[in-house]
Amino acid sequence: MHIQQELTERHVLTLTVDNEAGTLARIAGMFTSRGYNIDSLTVADISEDHTTSRITIVTKGPPPVIDQIIAQCERLIPVHKVTDLTEAGPHVERELALVKVSSTGDQRVEAMRLADIYRARVIDATTNSFIFEITGGPEKIDTFVALMREVGLVEVGRTGIVGLMRGADAS
Amino acid sequence: MPEKSGAEILIDTLIEQGVDTVFGYPGGAVLPIYDALFQQTKIRHVLVRHEAGAAHAAEGYARSTGKPGVVLVTSGPGATNAVTGIADAFMDSIPLVVLTGQVGTNLIGTDAFQEADTVGITRHCSKHNYLVKDPADLATVVREAFAIATKGRPGPVVIDIPKNVQVATAATDVKRPARSRFTYAGEADYAEINRAVELIANAKAPIFYTGGGIINSGPAASEALRALAELTGAPVTSTLMGLGAYPASGEAWLGMLGMHGTYEANMAMNQCDVMICLGARFDDRVTGRLDAFSPDSIKIHVDIDRSSINKTVRVDLPIVADVGMAIRQMVDVWKGRKYKKQRLDEWWARIAGWRAVDCLSYPGSTQEIMPQYAIERLFEATKDKAPIITTEVGQHQMWAAQHFHFDAPNKWLTSGGLGTMGYGLPAAIGAQMGDPDALVIDIAGEASIQMNIQEMATATQYRLPVKVFILNNEWMGMVRQWQELTYESRYSESYSDSLPDFVALAEAYGWKGIRCDDPAKLDDAIAEMLNFDGPVMFDCRVHKTSNCFPMIPSGAAHTDMILSADQVSGTMDDEAKALV
Ligand SMILES: Cc1ncc(C[n+]2csc(CCOP(=O)(O)OP(=O)(O)O)c2C)c(N)n1
Ligand SMILES: [Mg+2]
Repeated sequence: MHIQQELTERHVLTLTVDNEAGTLARIAGMFTSRGYNIDSLTVADISEDHTTSRITIVTKGPPPVIDQIIAQCERLIPVHKVTDLTEAGPHVERELALVKVSSTGDQRVEAMRLADIYRARVIDATTNSFIFEITGGPEKIDTFVALMREVGLVEVGRTGIVGLMRGADAS
Repeated sequence: MPEKSGAEILIDTLIEQGVDTVFGYPGGAVLPIYDALFQQTKIRHVLVRHEAGAAHAAEGYARSTGKPGVVLVTSGPGATNAVTGIADAFMDSIPLVVLTGQVGTNLIGTDAFQEADTVGITRHCSKHNYLVKDPADLATVVREAFAIATKGRPGPVVIDIPKNVQVATAATDVKRPARSRFTYAGEADYAEINRAVELIANAKAPIFYTGGGIINSGPAASEALRALAELTGAPVTSTLMGLGAYPASGEAWLGMLGMHGTYEANMAMNQCDVMICLGARFDDRVTGRLDAFSPDSIKIHVDIDRSSINKTVRVDLPIVADVGMAIRQMVDVWKGRKYKKQRLDEWWARIAGWRAVDCLSYPGSTQEIMPQYAIERLFEATKDKAPIITTEVGQHQMWAAQHFHFDAPNKWLTSGGLGTMGYGLPAAIGAQMGDPDALVIDIAGEASIQMNIQEMATATQYRLPVKVFILNNEWMGMVRQWQELTYESRYSESYSDSLPDFVALAEAYGWKGIRCDDPAKLDDAIAEMLNFDGPVMFDCRVHKTSNCFPMIPSGAAHTDMILSADQVSGTMDDEAKALV
């Protein structure tokens, strides 16, 4: 007997939640205990009175599982609203990465040139290193990081994505 | 400003919430609360003998009275001992408020004496939980906890209260508005109800598949179900948790469905053209093999919890609503549109054919008490007394579900989702606390009863006349049955060795003990049990190797039911073995 695998889809979910102790653990733990995937998760306080946070979760699963994930999130008391951006239509996704490279000579020049093409900004520099700041969709960052590997990549920090619906309405 | 301690605020708020009974066990981290309890008279505290007993007793109380059950335990081991009951209540949607002591806020995270991360441990087996860090928050949290436990799909809510929060004081005259930050389903959308009623009215082979949600919705939901079944003329089956919502003596009753359900119920589920699932959740014990589950039916699913819909079985018409309200709406629409009760003669004729299989029949014996016979006689002897039946987990539980018949809701208390051995005795104690005059019987197995046997002392202390009716087959019968079916009868650790003398044990606890092993004497022995004004432990020695049929082996389809022992093969492939 072998364990069966199913075809999966990537979905970006945003959750409006109460900003209180345990909310993140409750959501992240629910994903783990029910066997759902989290590719990335970001959370930050978004309301003026600091009572509400917004969580963006990138997850993968077959469509019925995605539906269950949303229903299970909605079932949690501190979760007020769940939006499936992937399902809801046109939306933007952005992620920020800090990318450190260390190189000299041609490699250093090449790193700088590539950063320019990708509109990454230099936010720290020494004679043998740079830290670039880059924002964009996850693919753009993936590509940039892959290129930097060839020119002296040291380490990367990524925020995970945040997303919003296009147009005037809130998601 | 008048100030009160956290413990006093807690007690005041419990009283304000209408709490009159708390099941608990003291310890260092709840001493301030116990002291506050000592100084008041409105709340009765029931001292259990193990915290698992407190949680199950509160479940029994809640399930039989319809009110939330309240538990009070200390930090660390007190809380961890209660976890099984919390998880049980979560699976079976039983409203509980569980108050746990915690080490002082200054000690949290230091591995202090009797510190356990109660909020972490219970996070995924409770509907919600809190750690209260300020006595000024207590009243609001307790109010919110009761609302969450009882509204929508009910469930357990844990409130962890550090010891210094119980001692510290806070002003009591500031009433913080209770936040209403959760919404729950109520009435169904009328368009959906109309559509559902049309589907039922045009069905040739409809079936109502009902569950514990109807019990949770309250007695009015059971009333409405009876009306709807009467109006439509469609047959009714129920899950283990829903027994009693539709009367077993009712015309439309097919018996329980699922793994140990009746042949007629499972065949009708398989062959129906319109399935109306009311407050049930397509559990794997009900559906059997998913791809063969009722393949040709249109499925309507009413559930208060949207996450129950389309979880395992895709349905055609999902309705998120309080099931009791939805059924009443269906009744109204049916009457409003002047639909006629249908002639489902052909459907009922097919059902009659399945009924003729007489799937619950079993080989009789004049030498030994057959376990099914014991349940039948117990039912006959008590049916006019509206008994509350609790069970443990195993074959006896399934035989009770098959052969004891319930005509009213809230009379059948069993651990369905979690399947917790040791549930029945404390649940019986809780039910008896809720209704001192009721006849409460725990139908037990000799293995399960030992899991919370210490609660006998609780019954003695509070003079609770609970009856424990043990179907003693000297085996963990359900385990042995699976070993016969799947592992060629290699009986690995399933024999109940070194059993206590249950009669002597009963006497040691101040109970009456009765033993019977003769079918001819069974009725008299049962009468003796019922006539005794006090707790009785009945050691009913039954045929040792009987198995529970019908049975859908795990992973099999409804149509692959095993009806009797001679159809048992003794092996299974790995796919089937991997299923629970
Ligand atoms: C706490 C717990 N542990 C283990 C099990 C697995 N289990 C299910 S039924 C059963 C045997 C029960 O034996 P008994 O109480 O004698 O009932 P019988 O099946 O013989 O009627 C066991 C061990 C369980 N359900 N709960
Ligand atoms: Mg047994």
